[in-house]
Amino acid sequence: MLARSALRSARSAGAVARNAASKTTSRSSSTSSSTAEGAASSWKTNALPAGATAFAIGTVAWYYHLYGRNVDAMTPAEEGLHPTSYPWAHEKWHKTFDHQALRRGFQVYREVCASCHSLARIPYRSLVGTIMTVDEAKALAEENEYDTEPNDEGETEKRPGKLSDYLPSPYKNDEAARAANNGALPPDLSLMVKARHGGCNYIFSLLTGYPEEPPAGAVVPEGLNFNPYFPGTGIAMARVLYDDLVEYEDETPATTSQMAKDVTEFLNWAAEPEMDERKKMGWKVLAVTSVLTALSVWVKRYKWAPIKTRKLVYTPPIQTKSPITSKLPKPDQKS
Amino acid sequence: MAGLSDFVYNTFLRRNFTMLGTVFVSAFALQMAFDTGSDRIWDSINRGRQWKDIKAKYVQAAEDDDE
Repeated sequence: MLARSALRSARSAGAVARNAASKTTSRSSSTSSSTAEGAASSWKTNALPAGATAFAIGTVAWYYHLYGRNVDAMTPAEEGLHPTSYPWAHEKWHKTFDHQALRRGFQVYREVCASCHSLARIPYRSLVGTIMTVDEAKALAEENEYDTEPNDEGETEKRPGKLSDYLPSPYKNDEAARAANNGALPPDLSLMVKARHGGCNYIFSLLTGYPEEPPAGAVVPEGLNFNPYFPGTGIAMARVLYDDLVEYEDETPATTSQMAKDVTEFLNWAAEPEMDERKKMGWKVLAVTSVLTALSVWVKRYKWAPIKTRKLVYTPPIQTKSPITSKLPKPDQKS
Repeated sequence: MAGLSDFVYNTFLRRNFTMLGTVFVSAFALQMAFDTGSDRIWDSINRGRQWKDIKAKYVQAAEDDDE
């Protein structure tokens, strides 16, 4: 019944449309010749859907034009060139840091970067067993002087560094650093790999990305250097890494890119000293939890087996000759 | 086969305190085996990259300096 009424209503809707169409044709036939009638009627029939479609497309296009496009707060130059993605071995899920590279990188940091950049969150003790031996770290710590605890007169004296001391900063404070560097603050490098978009790739690209001279048309303010990877392209730090700037103790050729790669890996270690252990622990967790998952799947199937495999049988009651429902009065029997 | 499982059941699992002992001892042993095995795999994957692989060079050098 419902289906039939629905059919009828659809048909009546069609009839309405046809009526409307025929009405326009009749009107046009009264004014124009009968040869144009067929073409005009088909065009006018489609006018409404075609117009609606055009309106919808136009609205979407206008809305996209207004709100859909990328809105960049910065120009590409202010954004900085996106760094190339390099295949860092230590970024693979199953690889530790290359500690020989860390050792070289620390040498580069000490001989090159440390003249301006601090590494204030790294104590000497964390170098022990990752980059150098205890004796080397102790000797290195003793090269620097640190304040003692106040004595009985409340005065602090100087003592040689210990393993528990942190790497000394090149400047007393940020203001001194700015004053010494033409107003630019050399940032602390302890967490720099985590602190910059692109991480290792950005730092490596920045260190090796200084062109011989700025490209034509680039505006480089006084006292700044051009580096396309640095947001704004004007960086206070000049190019520092040149071939054979340091002499590696393991006799690795100290090319610019080798030094940049080593110091980047070292800075990644400084930012994530727990990485080796974290990756190993992650694999262990995956191994154990996969066994436990398999076990729990098996237990679930084991416990559900009788429920899943049981068969439900319905035996209907025996039918009598005159079922009880036949005795009930049927609704709408009269009408 | 039945003899073995009977033996295991009667020796380790039948009484509560032996079963508890079995649980603790086997947990300890499994932990040791798992850690040792995973460390060995990890070290073989990362051969030559970790500090313990290059430590010998520098410890040796320090001793030579002392002499």
